[in-house]
Amino acid sequence: MSVRRLYDKQPDSFAFTPENMDWSAIQIAKYPAGRQASAVLPLLWQAQRQGGGWLSEPAIRFVADMLDMPYMRALEVATFYSMFNLSPVGEYFVQLCGTTPCWLRGADDLKAVCRRQIGEPGDISEDGKLSWIEVECLGACVNAPMVQVNDDFYEDLTADTFERLLEDLRHGRNVMTGPQNGRQASAPEGGPTVLKGDM
Amino acid sequence: MSDRVNVTVDGIAVEVEPGTTILQACEEAGVEIPRFCYHERLSVAGNCRMCLVEVEKAPKPVASCAMPVAPDMVVNTQSDSVKSAREGVMEFLLINHPLDCPICDQGGECDLQDQALGYGVDSSRFKDNKRAVEEKEMGPLVKTVMTRCIHCTRCVRFATEVAGVPEIGAIGRGEDMEITTYLEASLESEMSGNVIDLCPVGALTSKPYAFTARPWELRKTETIDAMDAVGSNIRVDVRGREVMRILPRDNEAINEEWLSDKSRFVWDGLNTQRLDRPYLRVDDKLQATDWPNAFDAIVARIEAGSGQVAALAGDLVCTEGQFALKSLMEKLGSPHLDCRQDGAKLSGPRANYLFNTGIAGIEDADALLLIGTNPRLEAAVLNARIRKRWMAGDFPIAAIGQPTDLTYDAEFIGAGPQTLAELVEGRHGFADVLSKAERPMLILGQGALARSDGAGIFAQALALADKTNMILEGWNGFNVLHTAAGRVGGMDVGFLPGEGGRDRNGIIEGCKSGDISTVILYGADEIDRAELGGAFVIYVGSHGDRGAHGADVILPAAAYTEKQAIFVNTEGRAQMSERAAFPPGDAREDWKIFRALSDHLGATLEFDTVDALRAVMFELTPHLARLDELVSAGEPEKPVANVTELDAAAFAPALTDYYFTNPIARASATMAACAEAKRERAKAIGGTGTDG
Repeated sequence: MSVRRLYDKQPDSFAFTPENMDWSAIQIAKYPAGRQASAVLPLLWQAQRQGGGWLSEPAIRFVADMLDMPYMRALEVATFYSMFNLSPVGEYFVQLCGTTPCWLRGADDLKAVCRRQIGEPGDISEDGKLSWIEVECLGACVNAPMVQVNDDFYEDLTADTFERLLEDLRHGRNVMTGPQNGRQASAPEGGPTVLKGDM
Repeated sequence: MSDRVNVTVDGIAVEVEPGTTILQACEEAGVEIPRFCYHERLSVAGNCRMCLVEVEKAPKPVASCAMPVAPDMVVNTQSDSVKSAREGVMEFLLINHPLDCPICDQGGECDLQDQALGYGVDSSRFKDNKRAVEEKEMGPLVKTVMTRCIHCTRCVRFATEVAGVPEIGAIGRGEDMEITTYLEASLESEMSGNVIDLCPVGALTSKPYAFTARPWELRKTETIDAMDAVGSNIRVDVRGREVMRILPRDNEAINEEWLSDKSRFVWDGLNTQRLDRPYLRVDDKLQATDWPNAFDAIVARIEAGSGQVAALAGDLVCTEGQFALKSLMEKLGSPHLDCRQDGAKLSGPRANYLFNTGIAGIEDADALLLIGTNPRLEAAVLNARIRKRWMAGDFPIAAIGQPTDLTYDAEFIGAGPQTLAELVEGRHGFADVLSKAERPMLILGQGALARSDGAGIFAQALALADKTNMILEGWNGFNVLHTAAGRVGGMDVGFLPGEGGRDRNGIIEGCKSGDISTVILYGADEIDRAELGGAFVIYVGSHGDRGAHGADVILPAAAYTEKQAIFVNTEGRAQMSERAAFPPGDAREDWKIFRALSDHLGATLEFDTVDALRAVMFELTPHLARLDELVSAGEPEKPVANVTELDAAAFAPALTDYYFTNPIARASATMAACAEAKRERAKAIGGTGTDG
């Protein structure tokens, strides 16, 4: 964790698309009347999605206005949760797990790849396609080391497969989510080891 | 009562209400618990952990501020485990707290400093660098040194709960948590200075007071504020003869422990623009002179004058001064005097011009109508009381006047007398709300009274009060909110037109026509000199402001911090101010000036001391002798004044600029900075602000 601040270059305005407005109405309706501010997390999340993966100050204000809550309260939420990005990210936003299991399984090698291909954490690659940060455990330790890119997990990485993955993403090629070493989900590597005989 | 709970604290048995917290029970038992985040007027946060105590059968120390008592609980606050738990908390708090007490303004009155003395250790076990936090801009009043912040969140809770401006918040989390306002805008509150008192460390301190004095070198005088008609209890801290700062005192019935920004920060105005010697206009230029010359000039003028003498009293003047001037006018045989310099149409028995419900009484009300008043600006502390009642729930509020953010939900049902008439006739829905309420109240502001049809509006408001049963046995919901500290005192001693006398507007007319040749402006600065025509103007006051600029003779008087005098607040509560400093130079206490003037005019007043003056005054108005008491004024009566046709015009605000309402505030650089910050903020609105 580090001190999180709003980005120094902010867009002039923000407004939800009509689809997101409809979506927001459904979220707000989940909470009792007068408790609409409870919808702040999903709405900020949707605003981040619409804003290209990061939350701008006008977006925070827009959501606060929508939920009739003080701007300060919405800003508190946005700065509290590390999943809200307060500065721009690449089109593919890599969250690299560096917690013990992944670290033991070679997360440092993956970090080196990121540094080589993208730059320092938080930097956006020159083409705007990639950026990365290190995050705490994402809960996929059985498939360590792993990264999350936007909404998907990419697991069982090596420096080579990760390098290829980043290249593929960068060039818009189809990539496969999940384990990158042919493993099926978190089943044993190299296929089943038990219950193989006839039943 | 049988349902009270027995608790033992350090062997002392106490009986408390169920739901009381352990901390409160401990206080009941006379045991002091250290705390940072807990504050009795704010919600419980329970995040500083300094109030840990040992409870028998509990597995670990308990945060006493957040834990309600249980029957037969045995609390131990002095055990070794409690001491070591608190020492642990203190050690954690001090990890990141800088050791800059020698350059910190909180030094000497710092909760952390005091408690570190009891629970701190003499050296730190931490080798890492301390955290550093950037300062946060919070406007011209609150100075921030955020590295010192211990995250108690008192300021956040105060802004949200009491002030009603949820602009302070905590961003980030954990060690990176920071207290700030949204985009570091200055606080849009008339109560913002209170966060300085609330801050247990030196993170939020007073910007105008920064690095000017240490608490132990100040002489403290407990007195009464005069910036509004609330009569907040204050403590004036003086070094030498200069006022260094003003702090609130506790008074549950009036200001609790809050103080409005104007009352707190106006003190630099007490040291500037002062009238420290008499002045006389010679060849159209004001020239310094001495008292005998000034008096001689007045005597010569009055004796030579063809017309009559009139007197107007201003907003900040004391009761004794008004009584002395009134007595002088009587001796001179002039009935032309008025203390209502804004032209408010108030008269009749006391109940007609008092805040009859009382400030604390607001908490018992169950419906409220505001008529031509913006209490947020006119009486910020009283407004906080309304907000407190509103926060408790079931308190419908409607307002007639210009829509504005009052810090609570008020339905603006109209702008002028028409809406009031609709309510009286029962044609408006809110009339039902008032009728159904058990203890409804209305507040009539100066914005509704200080107009030509003020008497008619007063009559309408009274009719509404009658109709909706606002005045019952044991409940009087008819209230007039004053904006001037001296006004109720002036009304009480009868500083009003005598038999056949002219009121404020009449005096101005008289000056224009020449019927009145001499006007004594006693601290009355809100009257345009041009309106007084060719009249000879004698200004008696403390500051070189509008009144003094147009005067022919200036007699320098004492400001509210420089005299022992009675001020009657809007509730009608008489309170005695004390002298914190002496008036500058040749300036004298107000009553002495009028006493000396009477001598020169050959109409000697019969009192030689302030006690003799008070003896006469108390005989005529006995309730003034009952200091600090709320004396019931009975029921308001329909005024005899002929009611004119109501003007349809909307109620104008009584105050146009909160920071510049009186001569002292206008002399204050701090108030000017506040007004500037407010303008800046208004320009930047849309980018910040919570109410759009």
